[in-house]
Amino acid sequence: MIAKIRNQEFWSGVRDEAPILLGVVPFGLLFGALAISAHLSSLAAQAMSSIIFAGSAQFIAAQLVGTGTSGLVILMVVFVVNLRHALYSASVAPHIRPLGTGWKLLLSYLLTDEAYAVTITHYNREGDSPYRHWYFLGAGLTLWSAWQASTAVGIFIGAQIPANWPLSFVLPLTFIALVVPALKDRAGVAAALVAGLVGLLAANFPYKTGLLAAALIGIVTGLLVEGRQK
Amino acid sequence: MNIWTIMIIGGLLTFATRLSFIFLLDRIKLPDWFRRGLRFVPVAVLSAIILPDLTSPTGTLFLNWRNPQLLAGIVAILVAWKTKNVILTILAGIATLVVFQVMLGI
Repeated sequence: MIAKIRNQEFWSGVRDEAPILLGVVPFGLLFGALAISAHLSSLAAQAMSSIIFAGSAQFIAAQLVGTGTSGLVILMVVFVVNLRHALYSASVAPHIRPLGTGWKLLLSYLLTDEAYAVTITHYNREGDSPYRHWYFLGAGLTLWSAWQASTAVGIFIGAQIPANWPLSFVLPLTFIALVVPALKDRAGVAAALVAGLVGLLAANFPYKTGLLAAALIGIVTGLLVEGRQK
Repeated sequence: MNIWTIMIIGGLLTFATRLSFIFLLDRIKLPDWFRRGLRFVPVAVLSAIILPDLTSPTGTLFLNWRNPQLLAGIVAILVAWKTKNVILTILAGIATLVVFQVMLGI
């Protein structure tokens, strides 16, 4: 009986995560190909997908490694970009409180944007099955497998692309495709414009520290503009 | 720092962030400005990367119509704004870049 409920939870997690893969797989392919064009080895590119396992941070890290940014700056940017996961962590924490340490470590590793979105919806539905962490596991593992596989295929494709193709320019274009639709209000636009401008003015700061300054000033600008609108 | 060091520390930092509240439970409350500020993080970081990439493709500022990256970036921004489609945005940007590079004989 228990095994049956666990199974049901696991597979409904897999099923609910599946449609999201349509949006994830192209990014995995793209990451694999771009990491190769940024001169990462195949092994390093694949390892980044399993060790960091966070799309936007991986794209940024690959781009920065390719431009010779200092390691410390890359780490700080990765940390800041991934800080949103602390929110997800806080939000699922009460639900997985009774679980053992092993489960908590495993589910934390699998706590990506896409797994969180599906899982928290499931937790917020009525019903209080004590096996809903199996749903979390199903969703998380589905996303994980798709990310690893699409990275691998992307690495393979990237290795076939001639070196004189303007592939490195795909990275800023990908970032544009991510940022522009996310600009929904004046505060967001202000954050983007100010960060971009400071990034430009501070582009020659040593070790690309200008990037950190630009991001921080952009975030503060967003907060100030948002505060004013209220 | 070598790429593997960056990856391993970066991976641990990411994992620690994801584990943070699951492990600490409700012992720490996130301040409100922190929650609100997170929304601006991706937009700010990515914009700070994009703009210099477009205006200074070789490392020095090149604000000029003869800069194909800048023109391609502007086209990509318009396409992203109109279509919200990642693939179309990338294709439009690359196509514009190639066309201008050929026209300017680069």
